[in-house]
Amino acid sequence: MATPPGGRPYDGAHQPPGDHSQNRFNFPSAPSRQGAQQPYQQPQPPYDPSYGQPQQPRIQPVQRRAPESAPPTGTHNPLVRPYAMTGGRTRPRYQLAIEALVSTTADPSRMQGQLPEHQRICRLCIEIKSVAEISALLTIPLGVARILVADLAEAGLVAIHQPGGDESAGGQPAVTLLERVLSGLRKL
Amino acid sequence: MVAGGFGVGKTTFVGAVSEINPLRTEAVMTSASAGIDDLTHTGDKTTTTVAMDFGRITLDQDLILYLFGTPGQDRFWFMWDDLVRGAIGAVVLVDTRRLADCFPAVDYFENSGLPFVVALNGFEGHQPYNPEEVREALQIGPDTPIITTDARHRADAKSALITLVEHALMARLR
Repeated sequence: MATPPGGRPYDGAHQPPGDHSQNRFNFPSAPSRQGAQQPYQQPQPPYDPSYGQPQQPRIQPVQRRAPESAPPTGTHNPLVRPYAMTGGRTRPRYQLAIEALVSTTADPSRMQGQLPEHQRICRLCIEIKSVAEISALLTIPLGVARILVADLAEAGLVAIHQPGGDESAGGQPAVTLLERVLSGLRKL
Repeated sequence: MVAGGFGVGKTTFVGAVSEINPLRTEAVMTSASAGIDDLTHTGDKTTTTVAMDFGRITLDQDLILYLFGTPGQDRFWFMWDDLVRGAIGAVVLVDTRRLADCFPAVDYFENSGLPFVVALNGFEGHQPYNPEEVREALQIGPDTPIITTDARHRADAKSALITLVEHALMARLR
């Protein structure tokens, strides 16, 4: 897999297929959707009764952590289940490639008040890193890393460079990219 | 992608050519929900960790190649599907003493259409079978390159990658 950092910056156009809602990220706390859709307004029973009904997306993002919820310092506790850091979400708001590159754009003063895991990612990505490296270096599961990075991108604290694929060839790497990789390998 | 059976040398191959020591990323899954990916309400079920080793090669100021070794357990296909997206191709490492171990990987890449090369990893420098014998045994078409390699050596790993990218380029231009 090759990811040119200058390839295709995240442009918000990667909504999941089949999602035709105007809310690009199906993100209930986005201001433009206030009042329009509140999927988690009602307390949910542990097992969603709508399970199996195809008209409802089975997994939906939850509201951001409420102020009275567990203090963020708890995320350093190794006993915290991995997905507790993500507020129970198991899907990022948009699909990040495992080799997507992440670089910190925020200055350190903006990291005050962020979750510790978010701060760690920002510190790590001062030098450009892939989502896979963030997961490995911070020993957080890949799925969790994807969600946390997506949060940071949403907040404008990191820039994401998704790998460039050739749209006309079903997302396969473009011929020019293959040629560059080949010439790069030969020069090693 | 670097694929092949358990213990065939995938991480050795990645480490031979990577500029960093191979890193390990893990995905946590419950055995009951593997492939479905919703862990919200499954706290009581046994979780399974799928580990994936990977390396990195900086090819140019603005070009980084990542090498992902596929999870050793072939049943975690969902991880493979994740890796195939955006991948250039795959090196399928083969230990000719355990030829059958590579069948799942070969089948997977033939079905997914991802360009792949078969690399016979000679353990202790031995190559008991030549590539054409292996091609016959694996029923692999004449277009797919079959090469010999030593996953411990950088030059061999690099050469296998070059063969793969050449093959992927040919497949695109065909």
